[in-house]
Amino acid sequence: MAGKGRGIGAFTFNVEALGIGRGSMPESRVGPNPLFPNIDFKPVPLKAGEDEDYMLALKQEMRGTMQQLPHHIKAQCNKAEVERYTERYLKQRLIEDQDWSPDWNLLPKELMPKKKKMCAKKETKKKPEKISRKDAEDMLKKLDNLAKTDEGNPEKSDDETEKKPENEEEEIEGEEYDEEDVEEENDYIDSYFDNGEDGAAGSDDNVDGEATY
Amino acid sequence: MTAQEVRLCGLLLREHFGEVVEKVGTHLLRGGAQNLRTIIHETGISLDLVKKSLCVLVQHGACVFSSGRKGPGSPTEYRTSCDRILRILRYPRYIYTAKTLYGDTGELIIEELLQRGHMTMSSTVKTVADRLTQNMEEGRCMDYSEVATAFAKLVETHFLQRCPPMVKAGTTGSATPATPATPGTPAAPVSTAPPTPESFPDCYKVPHMTLVGRGKRQLCSEEGEDQRNAKKARMDSQTHGDEGISWQVNFERFHLHFRDQAIISAVANKCDQTSSEILRTMLRMSEVTTSPTATCTKPLSANEIFRSLPTSYNIARPILDQYLTLLVDDPMEFVGKAGESGGGMYVVNLHTALANLARATLESVVQERFGSRSARIFRLLLRKRHLEQKQVEDFAMIPAKEAKDMLYTLLSQNLVQLQEIPKTPDFAPSRTFYLYTVNQLPTARMLLQNCYKTVANLIERRLFESKESKRLLEKSQRIEAILASLQASGAEPEQLTEVEEMITATEKQQLEALRLHINKLDSAENQVDESIFLIESYVTSTASTS
Repeated sequence: MAGKGRGIGAFTFNVEALGIGRGSMPESRVGPNPLFPNIDFKPVPLKAGEDEDYMLALKQEMRGTMQQLPHHIKAQCNKAEVERYTERYLKQRLIEDQDWSPDWNLLPKELMPKKKKMCAKKETKKKPEKISRKDAEDMLKKLDNLAKTDEGNPEKSDDETEKKPENEEEEIEGEEYDEEDVEEENDYIDSYFDNGEDGAAGSDDNVDGEATY
Repeated sequence: MTAQEVRLCGLLLREHFGEVVEKVGTHLLRGGAQNLRTIIHETGISLDLVKKSLCVLVQHGACVFSSGRKGPGSPTEYRTSCDRILRILRYPRYIYTAKTLYGDTGELIIEELLQRGHMTMSSTVKTVADRLTQNMEEGRCMDYSEVATAFAKLVETHFLQRCPPMVKAGTTGSATPATPATPGTPAAPVSTAPPTPESFPDCYKVPHMTLVGRGKRQLCSEEGEDQRNAKKARMDSQTHGDEGISWQVNFERFHLHFRDQAIISAVANKCDQTSSEILRTMLRMSEVTTSPTATCTKPLSANEIFRSLPTSYNIARPILDQYLTLLVDDPMEFVGKAGESGGGMYVVNLHTALANLARATLESVVQERFGSRSARIFRLLLRKRHLEQKQVEDFAMIPAKEAKDMLYTLLSQNLVQLQEIPKTPDFAPSRTFYLYTVNQLPTARMLLQNCYKTVANLIERRLFESKESKRLLEKSQRIEAILASLQASGAEPEQLTEVEEMITATEKQQLEALRLHINKLDSAENQVDESIFLIESYVTSTASTS
């Protein structure tokens, strides 16, 4: 009581003007609200009927089936615990579920599970860069040569330059196909073979190319 | 995206796709668009599992990906949205609606598609036909063509749509044979905006599909066996001409249907059955002509409405006119008058209707939580906009002390706002008007968040309940399995009763109580979602009009 009196007295203006009389102030609050407050009004009962029952059944069925679909991904279980009899069956089912193959046309390529083709992919990743660099170098040199030879005998060089890139392209394509074929058979030989050729392409080939012109 | 939404999404993902997907999903929700490497680094989950989770999320449409946001060649980024994940809560309602509209076939089609995210038409038709055959009596089976027609009907009414094709599908699709998998190097920068399914012209075109035959009945009744067989059947099947075209459920269309249904049932409750039938006819007539975001339907003349009314209703022309004027005069303003020509032009005010329904929801929430007299104050403020404390007491005809108490309670719950208007710039309390008011939209938003929180709490509680009696549940499952296998092998009745008695009476009681609790919690989730739907559509409708 005394506390409340002091509270009102502390205002610098006439509190009565606001329509707040003595005793009409709500009680001051101490501390936060309780986590589970008592409610004055009981909640309304849920709707019950055929529709609701059916939807309830649908919901529970949906949850049940979704948990058995391969879309439900289980965390890797720790094997340290004692293996239980039931787990053997569970695991079997898990293995069965694994073979879910989504339509990869609708998914980004990077999500495709990598299996044995790890090395193969690395190779192919490197390759395009190299080819392009090599191509660019070749092209520059060819252009240089073209400029030089143009002055001499234009007809010959034209023929040659036309032929040359075609050949090279074919070669490159040939390489690619070869590589793929070999890759599937044996990774080891392929990589060895590829490296050797790439090295050659980097150094010797170009020198040769210059020499012919 | 609020904390409540993320929490609920996490729970839904965990329940339907497992904990790994939950981790990835919530991480994406909290962190926005991210690439694969960042996700792996920040969640600490193995590469394989992250990839699988992302596949699952994309498969179910909960995650979109795009590349080249930071210039060409930048890695693919993944983004999820709460909206799509929260739809999981409404799955039972979609399925049930499909059942009421298109029977068991429609129900199963929608169910299959929701379970698997998206599927091709042929595989959907096959699985559904197989499932229907399974449930039919011996000797009868479901024809594929019958299911296919039901599917086509669902597409025709836009309840199903094609999944949007991947943006760069054309380029990479042709390039894949020559250079297998060059990840992260798209040919050209792609626009960052994700394509909407509607933007493709073939969205609702049913492809030609050659699929003859009928549903097959699996001989063995074991579930695991079934799935394997179904899978095998799908594997060795020949092409049906619709490969690569997958279908998904068009949630927007379902929401339009729910909205119409809500309006119709509101009118049925407020006025009577006949007026709701009139409104149903009006809504059906304008289903095709009105765009999904329109504030009201295209005007319909009374003559047109009369002609379209099913004859079974037996509504005479003058009675129709009376009903229409009644509906126009109704304070809920479901129907509005747009003109006088053709016997009067009428529209259905869709957005106003939603706003009024949302307001009614707010009022009933206040009434059920704070009593009818608080609700009176709340309604008073809604109607009169701004009132001083003294006015509230007078208009509500509630004794000053109680009125103050209620008003302050509402204020502390943020259902009522206080607006200060000073007469002088010094905000001196004695020279300031204190006006109480209710802002419908922010209050609705707050209520929506409360609803999300409620559902999350319900799920949490349900998980807790089932965790508490996990042992009991496992035991009863085991015994049921034993019983089933015994019955299949034709065991003696004494044996069966013996096995049955392995569960004691008290355990049975506990199980029964648990079942009751879980049913109640599940049912509550479904029904809270109805409120969520209503408030959500109100909030989105205000966003599209303003």
